[in-house]
Amino acid sequence: MILFNLFVTFFKIGAFSFGGGYAMISLISEAILKHGWMTESEILSFIGVETVVPGPISVNMATFVGYQQAGFFGGLCATLGVILPSFIIILLISMALKNLLKYKPVEAFLTSIRPVVIGLIIATALTMGISLLFNIETINSEFLIDFKSLYVLASIILVSISYKLINKKPIPNALLILIAGILGLALFL
Amino acid sequence: MKERKSFKLLFDLFFTLFKIGFIAFGGGYAIVALLENELITKKKWATQDEFLDMVGIAESTPGPIAINSATYIGYKKAGVLGSFMATLGVCTPCFILMYIVSVFYNEFMTNTFISAAFSGIQVCVIYLIAMAGIKMFKNIKKNVFSIIALITTITCIVLTNIYDVAISSIWYIVIGGFLGIVLNSISNILRKERKK
Repeated sequence: MILFNLFVTFFKIGAFSFGGGYAMISLISEAILKHGWMTESEILSFIGVETVVPGPISVNMATFVGYQQAGFFGGLCATLGVILPSFIIILLISMALKNLLKYKPVEAFLTSIRPVVIGLIIATALTMGISLLFNIETINSEFLIDFKSLYVLASIILVSISYKLINKKPIPNALLILIAGILGLALFL
Repeated sequence: MKERKSFKLLFDLFFTLFKIGFIAFGGGYAIVALLENELITKKKWATQDEFLDMVGIAESTPGPIAINSATYIGYKKAGVLGSFMATLGVCTPCFILMYIVSVFYNEFMTNTFISAAFSGIQVCVIYLIAMAGIKMFKNIKKNVFSIIALITTITCIVLTNIYDVAISSIWYIVIGGFLGIVLNSISNILRKERKK
């Protein structure tokens, strides 16, 4: 039953993960939180690890969650589930629906979900941010400022802005994560 | 003879995509350059134009670009079996690597030093997610619809979260998409009327 549940949950994620990369995080974290498979801070830590492991976020997340819940076959079922929708869709497009994406309503659908997907990403960052920095999860939570986390946030914003000003290009994610890790060691140990 | 040749092609598809899957760190858009280098420059499996078409399709369909591109190029070179081998090739490395990570993950995370470092990294990840969203927003067409859609989505999600109401993100995507179709056809009708 858990295997089937993993497969179906990740199949749904795979079928709706428009936009690639971080766009999938809102769908994935929502499903994982709903099933109680991981907590919010565990998800954030995992994305931190994930940044330095090759492979798409959704596939890595599926393998990891599946393994944690039900061992090897759990990992396999979840991974298959997340891959299958894109496999089927691309296969259909290349076999029979070459012009699917040029079809006006499809085009309109794809253009208009773009701002929604971006909204999902920003909203995920916002809700996770206010829960981590200010302890606000629901309306009844007590407002508590986490000064250490706030300090880390201020530092990485400062670092990434100065890196961009000096090197004329954005700081690599892995380097920023390394810096945040060192800050974490200094502040939270 | 022909059978042997297609067998070789299937293996070639598998291993080329396996290699791509193995070095594709972080996923996302860096992968496009890697795909171009391996599939177009080295293997010449498609022309530049076909490649751009492929990336366009891979970007606008759900799923990671690497997997979508693998399925596409695999089908183009060797049919359904080809797309299967190519997709399997690109997914196997991350499955193996992630599997190894998963086995040692809990032990790794319970280490005091590691967990302190990750208290910092969690904040950084939130920042990275926010930046990814802002960067994507800079790249889309800004009009009344997209700005309203963006603000409505953010407001609804933050509010439903705070008031502990569960609405699946899938609904936002579906509603946004269908509103887009409706508004698009209304504006088309209006445009035709005006022409008359």
